[in-house]
Amino acid sequence: MSEPPLQRRPRRSLDWSTAFIAVTVIGAAIAVYVRDGQTRFLEILVSDVALFLDILPKVLAACLIASFVAVLMPRETVLRWVGAESGFMGLIIATMAGIIVPGGPITVFPIAAAFLAIGAGIGPTIAFVTSWTLLGYGRALIWELPFFGPEFVVWRSLIALPLPIVAGLLARSLAGLFGVRPGGGT
Amino acid sequence: MNLFVDLLLWAIAIVLAVIAGRRSHTLLRTSTREGVMDCVRLIPRIMLGVIGAGYIAALLPQETVGRWLGADSGFAGLAIATLGGFVTPGGPVIGFSIGVAALKGGAGAPQVIAYTTAWALFAFQRLFIWELGVMPPRLVWLRVAASLPIPFLAALGAMLIGRP
Repeated sequence: MSEPPLQRRPRRSLDWSTAFIAVTVIGAAIAVYVRDGQTRFLEILVSDVALFLDILPKVLAACLIASFVAVLMPRETVLRWVGAESGFMGLIIATMAGIIVPGGPITVFPIAAAFLAIGAGIGPTIAFVTSWTLLGYGRALIWELPFFGPEFVVWRSLIALPLPIVAGLLARSLAGLFGVRPGGGT
Repeated sequence: MNLFVDLLLWAIAIVLAVIAGRRSHTLLRTSTREGVMDCVRLIPRIMLGVIGAGYIAALLPQETVGRWLGADSGFAGLAIATLGGFVTPGGPVIGFSIGVAALKGGAGAPQVIAYTTAWALFAFQRLFIWELGVMPPRLVWLRVAASLPIPFLAALGAMLIGRP
């Protein structure tokens, strides 16, 4: 247990990307207020605050999972399975992991960042995020199925099955081209 | 289903906490504190993302979206669909509800698949709120670049198979 402590990226609560979204949101909120009136404005606010309270426990659980995974996951295992040298198998393993990880972006991005910090390669990390996005059962079952119905969801998922691997392969060659390393300075 | 995801997440977190606690109490304490602090730092972003999505969605012209993505719109339709996915806010529902509205309004299934796929992959708001907050920025843009062909490939797959 003498592994060096992890160098995790410091996270600021406010930065330029947040500021950009804040400006967009405030603009949209003002536009809705002016166009549709106060009732509609409050209606949206109430339903979105309810949604926010609903996802808060998920955020906390996901951050804890990511934090525990970062200290518990044996680094050699990660390196062997999904490290930079893991090749095509690493992409397949990462794709399967993306399918089974529960939750939303709240879960997947902290976990992906944790895996990256303990040595996962660029290709597998991106295959993981892409697989979660396109194939994650949570979103498909809770949201997509009620909207689109089973036939659409099943066919869309089947078509999407190989695509995380495509994204992983592409990402790996792009990373080689532009010299991006997993540690990823900004 | 929502409750199921909650329970599953917390079950995983608790199992991991027990494993960490068995290894050492200090490890459990420090990693718990770090996890909680991460969550606290994410809260302002999440509030913006969730509460903002409703207002942005209220301003989107849904019928127009449907008209642009007709079954005969071809490659241009796919390109518009992909761009549309990028500018649609990233809440859990918005992309799907617009996709269904488009499908009902006469959009082709491949175009709608391109749209929801692009939205799932790189809705700008999810990108800014969730991903850039947590992942190294260069890697985020690398992922977006590597994902650019994916909506087209998904639509092409749907065209070749002739389904859904």
